Amino acid sequence: MSDKPFRLLPAVGPHNEHFWHGGAEGELRFLRCDACSTYVHPPLPICPECLGRALTPEAVSGRATVHTYTVNHHPWIPGFDPPYIVAIVDIEEQAGLRLTTNLVGCAPEDVQIGMPVKVCFEERDEGIHIPLFEPDPNAAKCRAEHIE
Amino acid sequence: MKARNLERKSAITGVGQSAVGRRLNIDPLALTADACLEAIEDAGLTRDDIDGLSTYPGNMQAPAGFTGAGVTEVQEMLRLNLNWFCGGPELPGQLGAVINACAAVATGLARHVLCFRTVWESTAQGGGPRAGLGAGGGGGFRASGIMEWTLPFGAASAAVWIAMMARRHFHEFGTTREQMAQIALNSRKNAGLNPNAVYRDPMTMDDYFAARMISDPFCLYDCDAPVDGSTAIIVSATDAARDCRKTPLRVEAVGSALRGRPSWDQFDDLTTMALRDAGAMLWERTDLRPSDVHVAELYDGFSFITMCWLEALGFCAKGESGRFIEDGKAIALDGEIALNTHGGQLSAGRLHGFGFLHEAAVQLWHEGGARQVPVEPSVAVAAAGGGPLGGCLLLVRDD
Ligand SMILES: [Zn+2]
Repeated sequence: MSDKPFRLLPAVGPHNEHFWHGGAEGELRFLRCDACSTYVHPPLPICPECLGRALTPEAVSGRATVHTYTVNHHPWIPGFDPPYIVAIVDIEEQAGLRLTTNLVGCAPEDVQIGMPVKVCFEERDEGIHIPLFEPDPNAAKCRAEHIE
Repeated sequence: MKARNLERKSAITGVGQSAVGRRLNIDPLALTADACLEAIEDAGLTRDDIDGLSTYPGNMQAPAGFTGAGVTEVQEMLRLNLNWFCGGPELPGQLGAVINACAAVATGLARHVLCFRTVWESTAQGGGPRAGLGAGGGGGFRASGIMEWTLPFGAASAAVWIAMMARRHFHEFGTTREQMAQIALNSRKNAGLNPNAVYRDPMTMDDYFAARMISDPFCLYDCDAPVDGSTAIIVSATDAARDCRKTPLRVEAVGSALRGRPSWDQFDDLTTMALRDAGAMLWERTDLRPSDVHVAELYDGFSFITMCWLEALGFCAKGESGRFIEDGKAIALDGEIALNTHGGQLSAGRLHGFGFLHEAAVQLWHEGGARQVPVEPSVAVAAAGGGPLGGCLLLVRDD
């Protein structure tokens, strides 16, 4: 038994294990097109941009910003107790590349659209690592360095 | 003149509805029979005249009570002789089943199509709180398909997904809960005039703000009310409609487009959803304008979806729906666009899309009783769906 909250887990197979197992190495991974470099998510067998057939999992920085969020108060799933924050985050590497996730390490009243966050992982059974996001206090500094 | 071959050849000729209520404990097939037989009679037809059958979503694996009857069950029950039939969930919203029927009569595959939608979510869910998707799946359950990307995060309902869309709209356009509340208040006011609505007691702004939060910014009154009930619509070819009892309601235009990604979180503009595409397509297919419409029956699975439809259909500018509805006057029965005149799914019950088309027809036939829009409307729009799924129809009474 663990002290982690109950979660409904994803069905993991060859098409998506790069995503759900990447956290074991601390990496958030998406399929990326070898030909045109587009990140493809959710996973597909071909690139919808250039129709290329070669896609390779690749780690991103894990940095993101909050696109939108909700503080959920309703007990939809027995054992997954409200309140909790569900957010859609914009992954830094590509416009429009988004994830639905939970924000952790952040009080509901402190969440803001546009706030910088970074990935962290919650380990579950069968090697599944759930990508969650937490406030990124170094974001402004990191981005300033990047610009320089 | 715009291309409108499909629409010019189809009309609504009859509607029917079963008893609608909370926990009716009636076999959903019996509810379906009541609605279908009433619609056939309303059109002045007999079941021998029905040669097409269409539904959403029909028989499928679904949450409890989400689907109460499929195509083959209804054909068996009413012993219909069909030339064409269609049922399924992968459509431009619930009214996609009616748009399919329009295409069938326009192309001569059928003359009179019976369209139906049955729910029994209130009885099926019992007295408990609304359950999340996958919540009953047990220890071996694993999320797949689109659920793979939402259920592990407790985003187990469209309430959660669409709450995030509303939050984004609030952020971009300054929309407020006070403004959004007008959708619920307007519906409750209209439901008070509708003897078939499930919630008819007056609601105040204080009542709205006192309700428990579901998924911020949605409180209980932003979420529709599960019920048991069935709705049926007859779609006829315009030449066959002459045989019918009532003035045909010509289908002037339909919107069935999906031009963005079919996803609740990857869609390019979460403040519009796919309703943007369906609404744009509808006006591409007619010379009428939004200002010609008297009555708008716009889906309200959650209050914010109605605001999206108001924008998507051009009744106000993009981002302006909050300001458009904020004093309630523009959307009242005597306002510039009478909205959800029966009480919508928020107060009349979650008949899942078909209730809006039923009410549009009732209003155009001037059968609304105490809730009848006073201008004797001749143009109405009905729209259903949210997120990546949406479809709409513009109806015109010519006489
Ligand atoms: Zn590519």
